[in-house]
Formats: sequence, C-alpha cells, structure tokens
Amino acid sequence: MRRGLSTALWAAFVCVAAIIVARAHYTADLSAFLPQSPTPTQRLLVDQLREGIASRLIMIGIEGADAAVRAKVSLAMARRLRADPRFTSVNNGEQAGLDREREYLFNHRYLLSETVTPERFTVAGLKEAIGATVDLIASPAGLLVKSLLPHDPTGEMLQIIDQLSGGQSPRTLDGAWISRDGQRALLVAQTQAAGSDTDGQQLAIEHLRQAFAAAVADQPAAQRAKLSLKMSGPGVFSVEARGTIEQEVVRLSLLSTALIVALLLIVYRSVTALVLGLVPVASGALAGVAAVALGFGVVHGITLGFGITLIGESVDYSIYLFIQSRLQSRAGEGTVWGGPLWAIIGLGVLTSICGFAALLPSGFPGLAQLGLYSISGLVAAALVTRFVLPTWLPKGLAIRNVAPLGAAFAAGIQRVRGATAALVVMALLAILTIYLHRNSIWNRELSALSPVTQADQDLDAQLRADIGAPDVRYLIVVPGPNEQAVLESAERVARPLQQLADSGTIGGFDSPARFLPSLATQRARQASLPEAQELNSRLPQATADLPIRPERLAPFVSDVEAARASPLLNRADLNGTSLATGFDSTLVRQGNQWMAIMPLHAATNGSNYIDIDVDKVRAAVSSSGAPSAVVLDLKGEADALYSTYLSQIVRLSLLGLGAIVLLLLIALRSPFRVARVITPLAVAVLVVTAGLLLVQHELSILHVIGMLLIVAVGSNYALFFDRRAAERNADAVPLTLASLVVANLATVLGFGVLATSSVPVLSALGSTVAPGALLALVFSALVAGRTPVRAGAA
Amino acid sequence: MNRGVPLLFLVLALPLAAAAAGDDLDRVMSALAQRKHGHVTFVEEKFVAVLDRPVKSTGELLYDAPDRLEKRTLTPKKEDLVLEHGTVTAQRGHRHYVLDLNQYPQVIPYIESIRATLAGDKAALERVFKLTFDGTFDKWTLLLAPRDAALAKTVREIRLSGAQQAIQRVEIFEADGDRSVLTIGGDAAQ
Repeated sequence: MRRGLSTALWAAFVCVAAIIVARAHYTADLSAFLPQSPTPTQRLLVDQLREGIASRLIMIGIEGADAAVRAKVSLAMARRLRADPRFTSVNNGEQAGLDREREYLFNHRYLLSETVTPERFTVAGLKEAIGATVDLIASPAGLLVKSLLPHDPTGEMLQIIDQLSGGQSPRTLDGAWISRDGQRALLVAQTQAAGSDTDGQQLAIEHLRQAFAAAVADQPAAQRAKLSLKMSGPGVFSVEARGTIEQEVVRLSLLSTALIVALLLIVYRSVTALVLGLVPVASGALAGVAAVALGFGVVHGITLGFGITLIGESVDYSIYLFIQSRLQSRAGEGTVWGGPLWAIIGLGVLTSICGFAALLPSGFPGLAQLGLYSISGLVAAALVTRFVLPTWLPKGLAIRNVAPLGAAFAAGIQRVRGATAALVVMALLAILTIYLHRNSIWNRELSALSPVTQADQDLDAQLRADIGAPDVRYLIVVPGPNEQAVLESAERVARPLQQLADSGTIGGFDSPARFLPSLATQRARQASLPEAQELNSRLPQATADLPIRPERLAPFVSDVEAARASPLLNRADLNGTSLATGFDSTLVRQGNQWMAIMPLHAATNGSNYIDIDVDKVRAAVSSSGAPSAVVLDLKGEADALYSTYLSQIVRLSLLGLGAIVLLLLIALRSPFRVARVITPLAVAVLVVTAGLLLVQHELSILHVIGMLLIVAVGSNYALFFDRRAAERNADAVPLTLASLVVANLATVLGFGVLATSSVPVLSALGSTVAPGALLALVFSALVAGRTPVRAGAA
Repeated sequence: MNRGVPLLFLVLALPLAAAAAGDDLDRVMSALAQRKHGHVTFVEEKFVAVLDRPVKSTGELLYDAPDRLEKRTLTPKKEDLVLEHGTVTAQRGHRHYVLDLNQYPQVIPYIESIRATLAGDKAALERVFKLTFDGTFDKWTLLLAPRDAALAKTVREIRLSGAQQAIQRVEIFEADGDRSVLTIGGDAAQ
C-alpha cells in the first residue's frame, strides 16, 4: 500500500513538473551577468547597457582583397542596409544623400545655430561674423562657402555643421571609411532592436551577413574569396555569448552525464542499479527547473549549466542507498532503509541547503536561480531516494562488492604519517600565499563574468579606436518631467560642457538640443533677430571695411525676416531625416520620465584618446544650474555595482557558513565534534583559494560561491567520518568509505567537467569545487584519525 | 636641391633643343619629375563676384613626391591643408576636417592640377584635362581644360606658367567667372 502511494505521488509530481518545464521560458542572453539594480542611477545604468544607444551599435570591418574592392563592398553593403528597416542608421563615411538634412539645417539655421544672439546682429557682431566668412572665402574651403555668402554671411550653417560633427571620423578612401592602418573598410550600423533583444540582434547580424555576401558576389571572382567580414558591438557579443552558453550547456551536460554513467556502471556492474540511481537525479533536475520557472518566470541557460553540479551531488544519495542496502540484505534485514545513516544524509542535505540558500537573496539573477534550482533539486532527489526508490529495489539487487575500494582508501589514509602536521603546514602555506596576494585577491570588474573572449574584446577595441567611437564611458543624464524641461536642462548643461570641449578637457559631447533646441531657446534666438529695416540700417556700417557691399546681402536680410516669423520647430520637423535618429537616441522617454542622454567624447592628441577628467566634468555639470543632471561613469558604476555584489556574496557566504555551523552544533551537540567536521573543510578551502590565486591570480564572485559549496558538499563527508566512531557493525565501515569515495568521484567529475567550460562563470565554479571536494574528503579522512579497518568479506 | 641633375639633363638634351613644343612639355614634365621635394612661399588672390575686392592670402607650399602636398596659409587666418593619398585634411583653428577627394569631385581639378604638375605626371594630367602647351622650356605656359563636363561646370580652365622646372603662377578660372591667382615665390627657408 505504502509502495503504491509513494509511487503515485512521485508520478503526479513528475507530470506536474514536466508540464511546468515544458511551458517555461528559456533564455541564454547576458542578463544573468547583469546585476539587478536597486538605485535609480544604477537602474539607468543597466537600462543603458541593455537598451541604450551604445547597446545598438554594430561596428563592421571588411578585410582582405585590395582597398578599392573593400570600398566597393562597403558602399554596396551600406546601400542595402540603409533600405533595411532593421537598421536605424548606417554610416560608412559617405556624404552623399544628406540633402534633406542639409535642407533642414539650412532653412532653420537661425533657430538652430548656437551663435544666434542679440550681440551677433549688432554692427560690431555683424562685422566680425561677416569678416570671418570673407576670410574663409580666402581659404581653400572658399569654394564651398562662397555660394552661401549672400544668404548666410554670418556663417550660421557652418556653425551648425561644426556643432553636429563632434568627435573624430575615420579617414576615407574611395568614398568609404578605412582603418588607421588602411587594411580594412569600416562601417557603423545602429540596429532598430535594443542590445538586450538578442533575437532582434541575431536577425540584424544575419541581415548584415547577407548584405556582405551580396556585395561580395558582385566583385571580381578573384577577389571574392579573399574578403572577410568582422563585426563587434554589444549585440554581437550577446548573440555570440548566447550561442556559447547554449552549446556549452549541452556539451557539458552530455559529457558529465556520460562520465557519471560510466562511473556508476563500473561501480555497480548493474544496469538496473544504474537506471534506478538516475531516477533521483532526473527527478531533482526536473524539480529544479520547475521551481526556477515558477519563481523567476524565465529559466536562464546558465542555470542549467550550473545544474550539472546537481548530478554529482544527488547521485550520492542513491550510491549510499545501494551500497548500504547491499550491506543490509547481506545482514538479512531486507531493504528497509533508515536509521542512523539516513539521519546523516538528512543532515548533509540540510547543510547543502544552508549553503545554496545564501544565494537566494543575491542581486545576480543567475546566482539566485542557481540557489533555488539546487535547493529544490536536492530536496526532490533526497525525498525520491528516501521514500520512492527503496520501494522499487528488486529483492537481491546485485551490485558489485565495493568494500575493497573502501578498505583500500582507508589503508591509503592509514599509511599517511604525520597527517596533522601535514594539514597544519598546508594550511599555513595557503595562508601565506593568500597573504602575499592580499592586495589583488578580488577581480572587481564586471567584465570578469563576461563570457566574451579576449580575442573578441581585442577586435572590439581595435574597431572602436579605428571608427573613433571609443567605448562610451561617461554619459550625462538629464531627467525631467517633459520634453521641453529636459531640452532646457540639456541646454544649461551644454554651456559649461562647451567650455570643457574648447579647453580640450573633453573632445565633445552629444545633445538632443542640437537637433531640436527647446522652444524657449528657439524663441530667444528668434527675438535676437533684428527687423529688416533695422538690419538694413546696420549692414552698411558693418561692411564698411569689408570687401562686400550691403546690397549684395539682400537675400540675407529677407531670410532673417522670414526666420523671425517662422513657426518654431518640433520633433515632427525632423521626420524623414537621419537627424531624427540622433534626436531620439539622445532624448528618451520611460513612462512619465523624460531624459536627455548626453555621451561625452574623449579628446585626442593625434592618434590617442585622452582620459576624461571626470571631476572637472562633475564640477562643470553641478555649476550648470541643472540640479538633477547626473554624470554617469558607465564602467565605474558597473564595477562599483559588481564590487557591492561581491561584498554581498562574501557576506551571504559567511552567513551560509554560520548557518551550517549552527546546524551542526544542534545536530552533533558538541563543539569539539563540530570543529572536527569543519577544520578539514576550512583547510580545503584555504588550499584551493591559494591554488587559484597562484594559477588564476584573481578571484571572482563565482569562486566565493564555489568555496561555500566546498563546505556544503564537504560537510557530508566529514559527517560520515564523525559518525563512523559510533558505527557498531565493523563491516559497514569500508562500505561507507566506498560509498563516500564513489560519491566524491561523481561530484569531482561533475564539477571537473564544468571547469573545462569556456564560459568564465561555469569554469570558475568548477575549478573551485572539483579540487575542493576532493581535498575535503581526503582531509576529513585524515582528521578522522586512523581507526583500524579490516576489509569486509565479499 | 641638387643642381647637378638638371644641368646634366640640359647638356644631354641640347641636341633636341630645336624640337617641337610637345617635346618641350615633356622636358618640363621630366624636369618637374626630378624634383622630389619643394618648399616655397605663395601669395594667392581670389576674385569673387560677391566680393568687391579680391581677398588675399599668403603662406607656404610644401611638396613631397609623388602625392603629398601641403598648403600652409598664414594670413589672414592660419589654416593647414594637407593632400595625401587622395585625402585632404584641413586644420583650421582647433577644428579638424577630413575630406575624400572622390566625394568632392569638384575639388579635384584644384588639387590635381598642381599635384600632377609638380610630380611631372603628364599621364595623370591628361586623364583629367586637355593640355595645351605654349612657350619654351625656359618660359612656358600650360593650359588645362577639364575633360569631364561636370567638372567643367565648376572649373573652366587652369593656366600654369613657369620656367624650366619651377612653377611660378597658377591661375584658376571658375565657370561662374570667379578666378584665383596663386603666385609662387622663392624657396622658403627650411
């Protein structure tokens, strides 16, 4: 009856969990690595990283063949991509086709130009401005300017072009941008999809590849094969990272499953036992994914990757069960399982839960998911092992006698002389190593978690430097209740920023007000323009010393008169020009909140970018009279945020450790026994930490998690040794040892496979726990002392 | 400047001195091609219809064979213009401009006329212009008329005059009647 009930409950659970798992949403983008954001500034930061202009940028390099062919491919690609709605802008240095922009800027120059002030139109102001334009005619640029003179003698059009062309552009050859070394043609595309929309980014990248393939197909056959396409940018990174994570999770799951199956087959020599042994593992994994789907709404691919570790731990339970059931059936007690052994396993599960529970409040969604996944998985696996599996065990399930393995292990441990001294020396050496690295233990950069390879990061840096789009690091964010308020604040902030640009502290900055000034500013500019009669009376004096007669400037006077009465500009006037993109990317709306996002450009000295002195920028912004404007250091904020989470994780891990110690105190009721359980684990953690510092030099959040898991998993071993003293049946000792060794091997295999991953978060966890679990077993055995063990009879 | 080379060239060329004007053009071109570097002063006057008086600028020209030409304007306003491998970069005040000649074909005659002449690159000149040579090796005039109808809409004709391998004057006649005169002075102090 009881057998039927537990099996029915288990079947019901499997059905429900399977339905949840089948209907769950899965993702493999980079969001698991982006911390959640408690403060508004940090939320802004994460939004920028996920959705902002910078996240929509794809930088493209065309390499191979000769320069002329590369330029042709660049032009053909750009032509095709400009017609593609997936891209809001495509730039490769072509000036052609900007007629509508030119028309907008020229027709509205008196509303757009920052130099339009009342002083500009006084006699002295006109004299200076017209004089400067005449000087320009004398210069080599004269050809481009002289036709403008009658309409625009004060040079407002050139002023506007200057305002808008902030930053440096690459060199152009045969009509298309080229890199500094001339070896690749360059394009910059802005996608319609946000950087966080990985599917959208992937489609955009496919369209880019198609455009490249089409452009290459038109080239001479001899050149085609030599051409290659290079791409970089946040979207490219997330698409690649997703591919890597998906691939890795599948590869690692298959590999560790295969290894553990092989291990169990070798140990059990029974397919029945193997299949039964995998039931708790599969049940646990199912429960874990279902719990994460219910708790988070979306299951991250990386969680499934972490989940591999669960195989190693939950397979332990069935190993104990089979090995112990063999023992008990030999003793003629049937396959009733429970008693002291089950109490130890229960305690082991509880300590593991304490460890993983510390991850639940983590700010990283990936870690919180790992915590929930592991807790529910372990509980399910343990329950299935405890209540379902024993009722399924066939009578006389024959598994191999593993007692010699346990005896061999015990004998090996026995042979070690001076174990205590060795442990003390190892602990001291480890502490010394950690002490020597004390100033550089933690990697405090968010990029430590990024799955982007160094080669890809180098390509990104190269393309950015070539294109003159240095990673946008500093943004000024100007919030406000509506569009006009934001534009006015942006204009106030722009004044001190322009001074910084003039003095070379910064190279320049972008502002939505350059595309569309606030209504107040437009009105003020309109009011600066004198009436036609007044202007006509000032011009003779202003041009007295200049080689131009005022009558020639009649078009100027009538243009100014028209501008005085023209309707003010609004967003709709930008429609149909690429200026609309510029405006929309620097002025964004989130719900009721509007904000201007003004990226700063670094100044250059020839070929190198000069670091921006952010204190000067902060001082300038706070002096601007736009109190809500914030200077955002994207990299600094991200790293600070990561640092916060690093300390949070360290704190949580210590809490988890505390909970484990408390649990052991309650269960063992003896501080001495708790110390005997904890000491070998502490030494294992110290040795692993020292080893990681020697090999990898720096530790990240995932290493800390790994250390917590060493204690959580290792305490299972230590507890067995602790109980061994109380074991009355001498035959049980080598069998218990054998089950520990096999369980340990399974854990080491599971995490060891993880350590080979190219995804840093997975390899960090694996490379910490795999050696840590092994050391925890060996050290626990050493500490447990050398009670004589005789090999059990087969 | 190595004066030995042109002298030797003159001696060798003596038997041909009585040849036709076409040969004189070739001689001028060859002599120019010998010259790998140059650094001279200039005065330029632009006669622009909208202006009542010509505007005048002065400065220096620097040339490195075959395709680097720098025009340093010193008055009325400092400006540096560099042509290198088909790209023009300009520095005016603290602003920096880059322009690709292929995108501004209307600028090509202004630059290619001087560059190709300085390089003695007759083939390059003939690609863009119809050439009419007048005078002798010692005192010559070279008329350049754009072959391309679109170019002819900005530049009607360019008249270069010089003596032997020295260009002395470049006059550019624009289609709208405007004109500029560049007078080249002696070698500038290095």
